[in-house]
Amino acid sequence: MDPVTLELPHTLQRPGHAVAQEPMTRPAGPIVTGTSVVAFKYRDGIIMAADCLASYGSLARFRSENRLFKVNETTLLGAAGDMGDFQYMKHKLEDVMTHEYDMDDGQRLGTKSVYKCLSNIMYGRRTAINPLWNAYVVGGVDGGERVLGYVDLYGTTYTADAVATGFGKQIAIPMLRRRVEGRADEISEEEAVAILDDCMRVLFYRDCRALNKLRRAKVTAQGVEISEPYSLETNWTYAESIVGYGA
Amino acid sequence: MFRNQYDNDASTWSPQGCIFQVDYASEAVKQGTAVVGLKSKSHVVLAAVKRSPNELASYMKKIIRIDDHMGIAVAGLTSDARVLSNYLRTEAMRSKMVYGRALPVGRAVNAIGDKAQINTQEYGRRPYGVGLLVIGHDDTGPHLYEFSPSGVVSEYYGYSIGARSQSARTNLERHFEQFADMSLKELIVQGLRALRDTMPQGKQLDSMNTSIGFVGADAKMTILDGDDTQPYLDLLDEGDAAMDTE
Repeated sequence: MDPVTLELPHTLQRPGHAVAQEPMTRPAGPIVTGTSVVAFKYRDGIIMAADCLASYGSLARFRSENRLFKVNETTLLGAAGDMGDFQYMKHKLEDVMTHEYDMDDGQRLGTKSVYKCLSNIMYGRRTAINPLWNAYVVGGVDGGERVLGYVDLYGTTYTADAVATGFGKQIAIPMLRRRVEGRADEISEEEAVAILDDCMRVLFYRDCRALNKLRRAKVTAQGVEISEPYSLETNWTYAESIVGYGA
Repeated sequence: MFRNQYDNDASTWSPQGCIFQVDYASEAVKQGTAVVGLKSKSHVVLAAVKRSPNELASYMKKIIRIDDHMGIAVAGLTSDARVLSNYLRTEAMRSKMVYGRALPVGRAVNAIGDKAQINTQEYGRRPYGVGLLVIGHDDTGPHLYEFSPSGVVSEYYGYSIGARSQSARTNLERHFEQFADMSLKELIVQGLRALRDTMPQGKQLDSMNTSIGFVGADAKMTILDGDDTQPYLDLLDEGDAAMDTE
């Protein structure tokens, strides 16, 4: 038997709202995307970097996006993946922080609480089979303690001395294993910047969705500081000798 | 049948400006045995007298743990208190699950204050017949709050509600300036001293009818009953002996 369809008067139909029932669809992937975020702990806090590109497939569509977001005085959020979903999350976290401010009782949400809240949102959305297509890095100083955590579209979470998303996991993490892990307390800000720039430079060389225009941010006991966009020195003379697929 | 024409429900004003149902509910709080709360810089303490309905029955619970950082003492209808404590426990758990943070005490008590206020505004409801002293320790230190059926919530250094609680309040008013620097032990004994003033003629605080609760930065919410209260009751007596010799 044919399914019964009720046709509304055309004045009641919303544009794009088909009369016949279409199957429910779910997002099959990200649309406008950001690539790697790299972050690690150092002596004074945590440091993080992300480039300014929002790609549309392989097209370098938006070249001055900011993928680092100050959640509150002690918490920094870095986003990879769908930039629309990132904007949604920014608004959501702004609502949470505004609500906290409105309480006006001297309580504050620390980095750990923001991370837990964010993780719950991500895991809740994946459980509803409607994930936010992102990988997030949360960094901050919570009660004198450095906090650095990761959460992605599956709701996977972990904390570590060095965290990266996407291609950064392949390229930056091995570099950070050698130069950061186990000695985070010894690294000065100067050295941290050098390590981070090296990671971002290699990522720019090898990641076809990266851009040589990036922002760096740090969280210390003094608060969150996000830099203006800057570029790295590169040297492509190596490329002369690369034949075929490189290596 | 009614005392006057303005006390049929909790949402009608009298021309004098009272909501009689709320006044009656506040009377219900005074029927309950007294509870005392007081705080120092680091701890908050509750002390309560338990009542046994008859010789054969056990003593009624007066202090309820909400979470590791929060507890309440009850004066009035115990069943209403259980509704409120269940709500507080749910909220405390939600805060832990969503934010990984202990529920701030002030927000907890304002949340039940709002519930009580709604009862005085919407038709077909009745006020809670219970008063609470809420103690807790959070990021902003130790706190002592009073919750009342009217929906009013206030914070105190020391306070008492329930039967003959005025005597305890008088005692607290005399000593509250010393509370800030007291140790936990001193604070408990001071609480018992105030509580003792509420006892009717011929009745004494003993390990059967006394209940003690405390929480602090280094102490999870703890409730002492029965034999566990004896050392503090002994200290109370020793304090009296010391005063007599002076």
